[in-house]
Amino acid sequence: MKKFSAFLLAMLMVCSLVACGGGDTNSDDNGEKVVKIGVYEPQTGDNGAGGKQEILGMQYGNHVQPTVDINGETYQVKLEIVDNRTTAENGPSAASELVRRGVSIVLGSYGSGVSAAGAKVFNEAQVPAIGVTCTNPTVTAGNPAYFRICFTDPFQGPALASYAKEGLNVDKAYTLAMLGSDYDQGLVKFFTPAFEKLGGSVKSEDFPEGTANFVSYINNAKDAGAGIIFAPVSINYAQLIIEAAASQGYEGVILGSDTWDNNKVAEATVGKNVKVAVTTFYQEGADAEFDAGIKAWINSDADAKANNGGNDQVSAVTVMGYDAYFVALEALKKAGTTDAPAVLEALPSVTYEGVCGKVVFGAEGDAVRDTAVIKQANPETGAWDFVKIQQVG
Amino acid sequence: MQEVIPYIINGISAGGQYALIAIGYTLVYGILRLINFAHGDVFMVAGLIMVYASAAMPMYLAIPLVLACTVALGFVIERVAYKPLRSAPRMSLMISAIGVSYLIQNLAFYLTGGLAQSVVNPIPWISDNIEVLGASTKRVTVVTPVLTIVLVFVLVFLIKKTKIGMAMRAASRDFETAQLMGIKINRVISVTFVIGSFLAAVGAMLYFTNYPSVSVTSGAMPGLKAFVAAVFGGIGSIPGAVLGAFIIGLCEEFIKYLGYTTFSDAFTFALLIVVLCVKPTGLFGEKVTDKV
Amino acid sequence: MNLKKKQTILVAAVLMAVLIGVAVLDAVFPGYHIIIKVVKKAAVYALVAVSMNLLNGFTGLFSLGQAGFMMLGAYTYAIFSIPVSMRAMVYQYFDGGLVQFSIPEFFSGLLGESAGGLVGMLLALLLGGLVAALFAFLIGLPVLRLKSDYLAIATLGFAEILRAFVQWDKLGPLTNSSNLLKSYPEFKMATTYVIVIGLFITVIVLLVNSTYGRAFMAIRDDEVAAQAMGINLAKHKRMAFVISSFFAGVGGGMLAMYMGAVQALSFRSAMTYEILLIVVIGGIGSITGSVFTSFIYVAGVEWLLRGLDSGEFMGIVAPDIFKNGFRMAVVSVLIMVVVLFFRKGIMGDKELPDLLKKRPGKAKKKGAAK
Repeated sequence: MKKFSAFLLAMLMVCSLVACGGGDTNSDDNGEKVVKIGVYEPQTGDNGAGGKQEILGMQYGNHVQPTVDINGETYQVKLEIVDNRTTAENGPSAASELVRRGVSIVLGSYGSGVSAAGAKVFNEAQVPAIGVTCTNPTVTAGNPAYFRICFTDPFQGPALASYAKEGLNVDKAYTLAMLGSDYDQGLVKFFTPAFEKLGGSVKSEDFPEGTANFVSYINNAKDAGAGIIFAPVSINYAQLIIEAAASQGYEGVILGSDTWDNNKVAEATVGKNVKVAVTTFYQEGADAEFDAGIKAWINSDADAKANNGGNDQVSAVTVMGYDAYFVALEALKKAGTTDAPAVLEALPSVTYEGVCGKVVFGAEGDAVRDTAVIKQANPETGAWDFVKIQQVG
Repeated sequence: MQEVIPYIINGISAGGQYALIAIGYTLVYGILRLINFAHGDVFMVAGLIMVYASAAMPMYLAIPLVLACTVALGFVIERVAYKPLRSAPRMSLMISAIGVSYLIQNLAFYLTGGLAQSVVNPIPWISDNIEVLGASTKRVTVVTPVLTIVLVFVLVFLIKKTKIGMAMRAASRDFETAQLMGIKINRVISVTFVIGSFLAAVGAMLYFTNYPSVSVTSGAMPGLKAFVAAVFGGIGSIPGAVLGAFIIGLCEEFIKYLGYTTFSDAFTFALLIVVLCVKPTGLFGEKVTDKV
Repeated sequence: MNLKKKQTILVAAVLMAVLIGVAVLDAVFPGYHIIIKVVKKAAVYALVAVSMNLLNGFTGLFSLGQAGFMMLGAYTYAIFSIPVSMRAMVYQYFDGGLVQFSIPEFFSGLLGESAGGLVGMLLALLLGGLVAALFAFLIGLPVLRLKSDYLAIATLGFAEILRAFVQWDKLGPLTNSSNLLKSYPEFKMATTYVIVIGLFITVIVLLVNSTYGRAFMAIRDDEVAAQAMGINLAKHKRMAFVISSFFAGVGGGMLAMYMGAVQALSFRSAMTYEILLIVVIGGIGSITGSVFTSFIYVAGVEWLLRGLDSGEFMGIVAPDIFKNGFRMAVVSVLIMVVVLFFRKGIMGDKELPDLLKKRPGKAKKKGAAK
């Protein structure tokens, strides 16, 4: 019976917590009006480092522009950050947590799989979500609540293929993707036909989750005579692949996707004889004023600097996060209310001139983008150097 | 032929790393009949300590520190999580091992912020690039199997010739009788865990020099594969575990060479199941007589 | 009133209370609310935990293949219930995939939108269970001869092998290889989840209380004695394994519903461990314990303890301590405490009606199993 009463007590506790859970309001303690923007990003797991950099951009946006005028009233903007832990199975609960906190619009996530997993919740709750750097088409396809400001893989894959074939003059490519990662595998699926259409040939392989030993994969690429290794994998694996390529003396170029655009990846090449190139959304130096501002902010904030990988080099995902924040503010202004369904209705017609270029939403809620920035790692400085602006065809 | 050489070198090196972990499994299983699921995580923790220690202090201090901390961890795990369950059914012991593994991973996750830690200060000399038979590789790939063999010889000597080694052999033959013979069983078990953790720490330092990134789950796969190696060689037998580890390491790279990269992990498990069904005692295992 | 009658009343009352409670939650909160999510996930975990308990607790077979069987159920459910019109989008790399019909759609056409959809979804779930059971049968042939920890490691291995196959590019037209399967229908209401899972658990309870259940327990307690009593060991072990996998498969299908999108990567061995630990906390051999713990565990991890990760918990603000990962660290410490000090778990091997049994003079003793 004792256990039974403990059971009852526990149920009572649960119920009382339920009761307190509901009290979210849109005003601060000191009477100021608050609008909440949800940040649905990984801070842990394979994509944790990338997610943190993306959040950084939003936080900087919030630092630059902490208020928004909605329908004549000034609102404080509050970022509600929830960790989705990179993996799809944690997506739905993280997403409903954001909805519970009463956010008007959501930004994120870094990584396509987890974005698609959370998408359903946002759609049910009629909360609009803006994908910042999730490039897989499944995120927005068939989901009217999900939008996206970056290019998509059907563009990125062919862009990389063109760069490999025409920019690097390579005829044989080797692709390496993680088994079970839809982002990796999807990008390979878009890259392969585009590269073959340009007259090249592709050998594709994949590795199981948790692989650390990439030596044999590099050797397979060498045996295949591949001039490039295309590995659209997460940051952690990118570092290991670079390490293995260096130790095996691989002479071709390692081509990465937007996930590779991270300081840690560039730093992994320091002092090694490897060539690494990536496609991304922005290159430092394109907007001097913005660069100076965000660098000063990162340097003034120890946490921000740690989250950026310990230096002040600006990643494209950070800039995209910054742009996404302002797109969200535009949507709020246009809606004239903090009511999420109204914001959702206003969002498709929002246009915004961001640091990474103009954002105009097309069909399926994807931004219309037709250029990607190619940059390469500099093994001497450990920084990214601009190569070219890549278009398809 | 030339193109196979890098795979063989890499396979032998991977085998050496698995061997160092596998010995920990096989020693513990020999005495406690416990699959120490936490062993792979101890290996991961050793890697993490190496990352932090090598960044904070010179290498000649960092390496002993890694060894000492890992050994202490192995000792504490045994005392806290396994010793109280000495008389409990074996299933409880195994559940406790799974619980410890879960705990270590979650604690490491908390302390690292859930991010993979890269080894910025690798151990010098062994992380240099060298040429072996025309194939470029890191020196550590050559050092690993050599060091493994040396350590195994030391260990076998220890077990065959010293008093504590004799006690370990007695305990693995018959736990209760050994106790009745006046062997301090708790001491023997602690020593077993200390040796296992020491070798795992050495393995971790070599492994993470070769693949310089430690994440929370880094220990899971090497741990499982090392366990497979131990079963393959006949659990309880040290030479068996080492041989099994080299076979697994080589097979794995060979599978990749053949292009079946999708199944490189699955193959290891398939091998395990075949061995378990065809020859459950492994290559060198003793006949299991106890009814479980 | 005799004991038997009291027990029946207690069980009926608790079931009614749960049902009404869930129905009220459904009525009050919208479907995307965290509470509804928690109830749905907890119900699914309850079914899976009970199925694992049937094997580990009642038959004494230590299997760690649960996640693999759940994956089979989840994939079968998803593959056979994605609406045909969505298939081109989901199987974007595989020309719309191999399977070109949807069970729920077929029945919607036959019996009307809502009733037919429900029937179709249930059938797809059962199909998922059958697929898992079929694989369990095949895997069981070689594996069930192994003893305790060898069995555990072999089933774990099989789960990993299955995962590699599901992700294999060559099977892409069927499984969509590494890519998400999504856009399949789900039960909208938490009440539906609870009722469906309640029915499945009832079946397990009836099974446990039948002669088969007694045979399972005899095997657990002493194999030699059980054999001497004329119990066919191989047959009963295989039966327990197949039945447990069937329910794991159904549970997997419902987990797929809950998640909204399935990916083989989710079904790693960590999921098996999580469920095993739920079983242990609830009490090995207690169905009530498994169900109750599933709810407590999921509510705690997914919702109530979330503050531990985000800086503020129960009014205490400490962003430096309460940061990412602290929640799971706390949970795993609690689990270890249970494993080490309360080895019998919350319920031991007792069930809900047993709570009325032992009351030595209403003596109130404190301590022990708190």
